[in-house]
Amino acid sequence: MAFLQTVDLEQRAGAAVLLNKVNLSVERGEIFTVIGPTGAGKTTLLRLINLLDRPSAGDIYFDGEKITGSSGNVVQVRRRMAMVFQKPAVFNSTVYENVAYPLKVRGYHEKTDRTRVYGLLDTIGLGGYAKRKAKTLSGGEAQRVALARAVVSKPDLLLLDEPTANLDPGTVKMIERLVMDFNRERGLTVIMSTHDMQQAQRVAGRVGVLMNGRLVQVGRPGDVFFSPGNARIAGFVGMRNLLKGHIVHSKSGIVVVDVDGRDIEAVSDLPAGTAVEIFIRPEDVVLSKLASDSSARNDLRCIIRSLSSNGPLCTVIVDCGFPLEVLITGKSAVELELSQGQEIYTSFKASAVRVLPSMQG
Amino acid sequence: MQEIWRALVQAVNLIVSLDTEVVQISLRSLYISAASIIIAALFCVPIGSLIHFHDFRGKRVVINVIQTFYSLPTVVVGLLVFLFISRSGPLGGLELLFTPAAIIIGQVILIMPMLTGMTIGALSGVDKTIRDTALSSGAGTAQAIRAILFEARFAVVGVLILGFGRAISEVGAALMLGGNIRGYTRVLTTAISLETQRGDLVLSLALGIILIGIAMVVSVIMNILLQRY
Repeated sequence: MAFLQTVDLEQRAGAAVLLNKVNLSVERGEIFTVIGPTGAGKTTLLRLINLLDRPSAGDIYFDGEKITGSSGNVVQVRRRMAMVFQKPAVFNSTVYENVAYPLKVRGYHEKTDRTRVYGLLDTIGLGGYAKRKAKTLSGGEAQRVALARAVVSKPDLLLLDEPTANLDPGTVKMIERLVMDFNRERGLTVIMSTHDMQQAQRVAGRVGVLMNGRLVQVGRPGDVFFSPGNARIAGFVGMRNLLKGHIVHSKSGIVVVDVDGRDIEAVSDLPAGTAVEIFIRPEDVVLSKLASDSSARNDLRCIIRSLSSNGPLCTVIVDCGFPLEVLITGKSAVELELSQGQEIYTSFKASAVRVLPSMQG
Repeated sequence: MQEIWRALVQAVNLIVSLDTEVVQISLRSLYISAASIIIAALFCVPIGSLIHFHDFRGKRVVINVIQTFYSLPTVVVGLLVFLFISRSGPLGGLELLFTPAAIIIGQVILIMPMLTGMTIGALSGVDKTIRDTALSSGAGTAQAIRAILFEARFAVVGVLILGFGRAISEVGAALMLGGNIRGYTRVLTTAISLETQRGDLVLSLALGIILIGIAMVVSVIMNILLQRY
């Protein structure tokens, strides 16, 4: 059994299902990121793990023990975890008292406390702030205090609920680095939620995608990002060129998908007649003035609808009967003398097209 | 208007000269109301916390009823307590009527609804994240409640000052239960009432000024203490 495991975890609020049979397993010492759009159930999941709320159904196992349903040792279990909330929360006392609070409730010795608290304040870059009123801190500073407060008691499991939402980029970097340091130096197991796919890629060992209360995909960040399990995940992780169609022909791993009357070749084993969604990464599409005659490629004649340059790259939106986003270098944009309304050929390999069966609902 | 000016002068005189009777009456007022507020707070802050931290059926109704009793008339409280502690009442054997204790009982009952209701209000004003933060920091239920009360300390002390103000300024219960016995149960408000009836408006006003002065000093001291934390 994993270090932390949820079994068919469910949470309902009235008729609404916030979490739907979530089976999550997190190994000791890893950084696991739960990503998903707002309202997917990330906060609900973390609160259940921290025993702040009771689940409607299902169980949670922590370090081999079932922690749901046993009312007696809730505080003891919670004392092996710590949680940082999305909205930085500080007690209306000094920074020192805030960070020392978990030690105080555990009845630790005053003297060892002091060294540890001051050490942590140095670590989070707030060394001179011990006597400051915590309420006077900025959002980013308050969140750093919250992080220090979370790790001061040396928990086994750190839960972070979108800890960097609405913070400035500098603080985001710092908090990410601190979390990774704590994880590496102390073997701290971390479960962090975020709606930022890039953040998940920066810090996480593994990623779980939570959508509409369901854990829909678990894998390494690269897997989720490059091979999203379904169209909704693809859209969420920033996949462009999501197109609806249906397979008109399927033979030996190559299918032909009809998208708005244009045929697109793709690699897939799905049978003819399947309604699918396909997506094509913008950087996999090549633009040229002339039609190429390579048979393994899709070649489509299109009209350029818009051009927008962002630094060294240029995003071109073309109309092939359906809109297609293409990412090329600024240099090739100049060489091709692209202009709006111009006719152009787009080509992309059949293997660059990812095909997923359509999701119902 | 002449009276107000003379009252001010006399109030200053009474204070500066430390007029024995005025000092005694003032101290008695202070002691009775302080006792009332402390006893009421010992009941009301925990009761208010209990109501705030527990979700139960009819919670809203309970709070509404409590709020209705904010406007409990002092004479009604006086009358009810009178019925209980008068010689023929169920607690008549304790011989409490016309003692300072009787006034304290009346004032405690008078300010309890306000203290309870406003404690609930003060706790509701504390952000929910404080509770979560305390619990997830490893606090037990009692420790979490302490943390939330600590967060609400400014509001709670405000409630206590308000309750003290209501106790020291009420006259109905003090008169009906204390009996305005000179040197024993005479407090500032009953003295003012008596002097007004006697026609000594200036002394009445002077006592009124002293009463407000006491309320002000108490409020200032409480706020200074609060600033330290």
